[in-house]
Amino acid sequence: MNLTLHVWRQSGPKEPGKLEQYEAKNVSPDQSFLEMLDEVNEHLIKEGKDPIVFDHDCREGICGMCSQVINGVPHGGQERTTVCQLHMRRFNDGDTIYIEPWRALAFPILKDLIVDRDALEKIMQAGGYTSCHTGGVADGNALLVPKPDADYAMDAAECIGCGACVAACPNGSAMLYTSAKVAQLAALPQGKAEAAERVCAMTDAMQAAGFGNCSNHYECQAACPKGINVKFIARLNREYQKALFK
Amino acid sequence: MRILTSSVGRKILMSITGQLLIIFVLIHLIGNSTIFFGPNGINAYAEHLHSLPPLVWGFRLFMLAAVAVHICYGVMLTLENKAANPGAYAVKKNLKKSFASENMIWTGLLLATFIVYHLIQFTIKGTPDIVIGLDSLNRPDVFKMVVTSFGNALISLVYLAAMVMLFLHLSHGIPSFLQTMGWNNEKTIPVFATGGKVISTILMLAYISIPAVILAGLLKL
Amino acid sequence: MILDGKCPKGPIQTSWDRHRFDLKLVNPANKRKYKILVVGTGLAGGAAAASLGELGYNVEAFCYQDSARRAHSIAAQGGINAAKNYPNDGDSIYRLFYDTIKGGDFRAREADVWRLAQVSNNIIDQCVAQGVPFARDYAGYLDNRSFGGAQVSRTFYARGQTGQQLLLGAYSALSRQVKAGTVKLFARTEMLDLVVVDGEAKGITVRDLITGEIRTHVGDAVVLATGGYVNVFYLSTNAMGCSVTANWRAHKKGAFFANPCYTQIHPTCIPQSGDHQSKLTLMSESLRNDGRCWAPKKKGDNRHPNEIPEDERDYYLERKYPSFGNLAPRDIASRAAKEQCDDGRGVGPGGRGVNLDFSAAIQRVGEDTIRERYGNLFEMYEKITDENAYKQPMRMYPAPHYSMGGLWVDYNCESNVPGLFVLGEANFSVHGANRLGASALMQGLADGYFVIPYTIANYLAKTKPGAVKADHPECKKSIEDVKSYNNRLLNVNGKKTVSEFHRELGKIMWENVGMARSEETLKDAIKKIPVLREEFWKNVKVTGKGEELNQQLENAGRVADFLEFGELMAKDALHRNESCGGHFRVEHQMPDGEAKRDDENYCYVGAWEFKGVDKEPELHKEPLAFENVHLAVRSYK
Repeated sequence: MNLTLHVWRQSGPKEPGKLEQYEAKNVSPDQSFLEMLDEVNEHLIKEGKDPIVFDHDCREGICGMCSQVINGVPHGGQERTTVCQLHMRRFNDGDTIYIEPWRALAFPILKDLIVDRDALEKIMQAGGYTSCHTGGVADGNALLVPKPDADYAMDAAECIGCGACVAACPNGSAMLYTSAKVAQLAALPQGKAEAAERVCAMTDAMQAAGFGNCSNHYECQAACPKGINVKFIARLNREYQKALFK
Repeated sequence: MRILTSSVGRKILMSITGQLLIIFVLIHLIGNSTIFFGPNGINAYAEHLHSLPPLVWGFRLFMLAAVAVHICYGVMLTLENKAANPGAYAVKKNLKKSFASENMIWTGLLLATFIVYHLIQFTIKGTPDIVIGLDSLNRPDVFKMVVTSFGNALISLVYLAAMVMLFLHLSHGIPSFLQTMGWNNEKTIPVFATGGKVISTILMLAYISIPAVILAGLLKL
Repeated sequence: MILDGKCPKGPIQTSWDRHRFDLKLVNPANKRKYKILVVGTGLAGGAAAASLGELGYNVEAFCYQDSARRAHSIAAQGGINAAKNYPNDGDSIYRLFYDTIKGGDFRAREADVWRLAQVSNNIIDQCVAQGVPFARDYAGYLDNRSFGGAQVSRTFYARGQTGQQLLLGAYSALSRQVKAGTVKLFARTEMLDLVVVDGEAKGITVRDLITGEIRTHVGDAVVLATGGYVNVFYLSTNAMGCSVTANWRAHKKGAFFANPCYTQIHPTCIPQSGDHQSKLTLMSESLRNDGRCWAPKKKGDNRHPNEIPEDERDYYLERKYPSFGNLAPRDIASRAAKEQCDDGRGVGPGGRGVNLDFSAAIQRVGEDTIRERYGNLFEMYEKITDENAYKQPMRMYPAPHYSMGGLWVDYNCESNVPGLFVLGEANFSVHGANRLGASALMQGLADGYFVIPYTIANYLAKTKPGAVKADHPECKKSIEDVKSYNNRLLNVNGKKTVSEFHRELGKIMWENVGMARSEETLKDAIKKIPVLREEFWKNVKVTGKGEELNQQLENAGRVADFLEFGELMAKDALHRNESCGGHFRVEHQMPDGEAKRDDENYCYVGAWEFKGVDKEPELHKEPLAFENVHLAVRSYK
């Protein structure tokens, strides 16, 4: 199939950017979206033009590196799918596709489709851990974790930290990302000790990094390639209230 | 006081004040429904209410404070949220957000304007349409005042528009306050979303029924 | 030269404990004076940086991704082994040790493997304390499952995302140290050279992938945890950015490369769908717990798999290896799949695939149970192939997955260059010629949490902190070298793209140095690779400049290294005139097609010294002694 692409090109963080049009010819339906872009790039290189730069690494939907807004939806809108797992059979011959980077105040564009997601790191560094030391911990079975709690924690822990929730959020908020870690650790006995400090520190870091506030649109969950549920945001709010009384 | 400054804290304040306002909307509706019992109903209710001035004024100031907090933080959070999202997508498709959730600030501000008008009209009695008088039992004739004013189709239309705003604001506001208070899980999320719409529809229809009934000539002087 | 692994002598059961006592310590007050550079933030690097930071060392950690959480350890699906014996099914440290030695086809060091088995239990405890949501049973205890190459259930798992959860655990520990100020993180930074001063590793030269700045970081020790090199095959299960570059540049500065021919070809990957393919996707080995491998008995049978009756199916693993069946180790399962396809009985496009069938399991335990066990894998399979594996068998084909070889290290994880430590997949140490499932995560975390914190002190205690400054002539020279190397790449300005060269190299490697190797194919590769390399330096097209975000330049550097490394890999494979584990020489096989080792002549680690591009590398040997497990023919029948 043949496609028309409108791709955001921006040579640096301070440079103005604009959409540029490219033609993708003879695209196979079995190709992944990124493989389609690879091929467009191969042509650009041969023409002596600068290829489109985009973040990607594992190409199996787990590293969270790839980050493109395709036709207005982060990761392209196929349910529970990252860009790298999006396949061209989802598109039709003659389609026009808009490809843009994540856009949020907290994610400055570095080049073309690559943004700086360091703000997410700051949230994690503020408290996304249990303060245990290497060595000197109890036996793994010393702490019993009921299966429903373990499953709940695992549901939250599936977050790949790609930032699609922020890109989708009308408020540029990172609440889903933050809440996933808060909820995971609050649900487990080993994380409970620091739950109050954690939720305050992480949400403060989120605010300080320039993310907006949650106003419960739930765009985040719809865009999340791992389907992280907004119930974790409710959990964060609950944990926060407990912390207020501590 | 992190509740006054933090991202989640201020949301919780929005939620708590929002709940107070919803409770007020409910009580106000129940009180107003006495109009369906004719002059004896609503005039007695009004007199009863005003026989306890400290309570009335205490309640009024409390509600005023709640409204002020709700509006101030609403505006502040909205401005922050706009700043956090430069909104520069050439194409943006929303999968989940609704007209109601998107326009909370506008439906809210319109409601605030309406509240000012509503207070000037029926509390301060400062609009030209107001008829002041006493009923046969020497009580302030609220029934006559309301029926006269709502007899004016334009005024009724303003109330109808305001109640549509109320519907929009609450259809997102009700599920939203439950979420912000953390009283939510995977199962309740869709239930509350529907529940919020149902309750706000009922509130809207109930409030509109008063001018509608008057305009239809079912409640007469 | 005969290399000394410096393994502790005496009874193996106490070897690590005795060795730890013999190691020198660094005074707590002095630790912050030592700067340690950790390259790579996967399980090994992330765990190492976090643990060393916690001990009080001044750590700088580097990764090429935009976050430490994205290293390719994250993609490991199945699980992590530990000798906890929670299921009471006869496991022990000794059994895990024995299985790993045997699984590695007797080409690993006993002492290293023993230590790995011993600390495996601590790893589970550590991860649980970090909040890793391992699968639990209804009573709240940790759950286990069985995994390829083992007859006990010793694998701990977190759905199909164990690697992700363990990495996020290490990443959280690392984040905590970043906050505490003991670790400084440099993301989007790629190591391009090792700075060696007076024979010791004292720094690295890196490229900032955003600005293109080339700079040197000096330290008192360098830890490489930079993963494996199977992207030399172009198509592999590794992430696109995985490369041999850090290791290779260290190798060029004197570090020996051990056993590069030991590569693991994973049996259960989604087959290639066309020439556009950029990588292959692995499906967890755990699928073989419930999936049955089969190929049609008839050649060229093009019927839909569901239409092929039971008696026309060849469940070849169950037939050939009745006791292990579908759980045979990876190298064996891979070769068996290749055998079926070479015999003209493969399925799918191009006949390069075998069936992995779940219908029997679905009938036995129900679709819901299967969905609970492998739901995410089935989903992933459907996204890629558009086929529903609940209704028809998955198609699988082996793909390059892991490299057992790596930089040579002694028992302390220290390379032959003093001060250069190598951890995880980047070193060669514990997996021998073949790695068993769920062992890579175990090794990465063992090295990072429980080995390097002890052994690095032994080196540091002997050195003066901060001896080398950033203005040292070796640093300046390193920066100049890297700059001129990159400029050379940028200035070729030829006609072929970097990825075209990578594809060509991959084809040579896969056909000649892949699952089945012979003297002929290896010699062919050794002839072809230098020709391709020469063409690369004459005809590659790298767009853009050095002083900007330039992914073409990044890739060009990596492919240039693969073009040199591939030759060494082929030479190592040619020199190792035996079959063992993942290294299968067709000349050396049993009558039934199993690998035939030559313990008489090849029971050693082959470590290569770099002598220059286009020059013959020099082989050094470290003899392997087996005192606790007797050398025997590996049998899984």
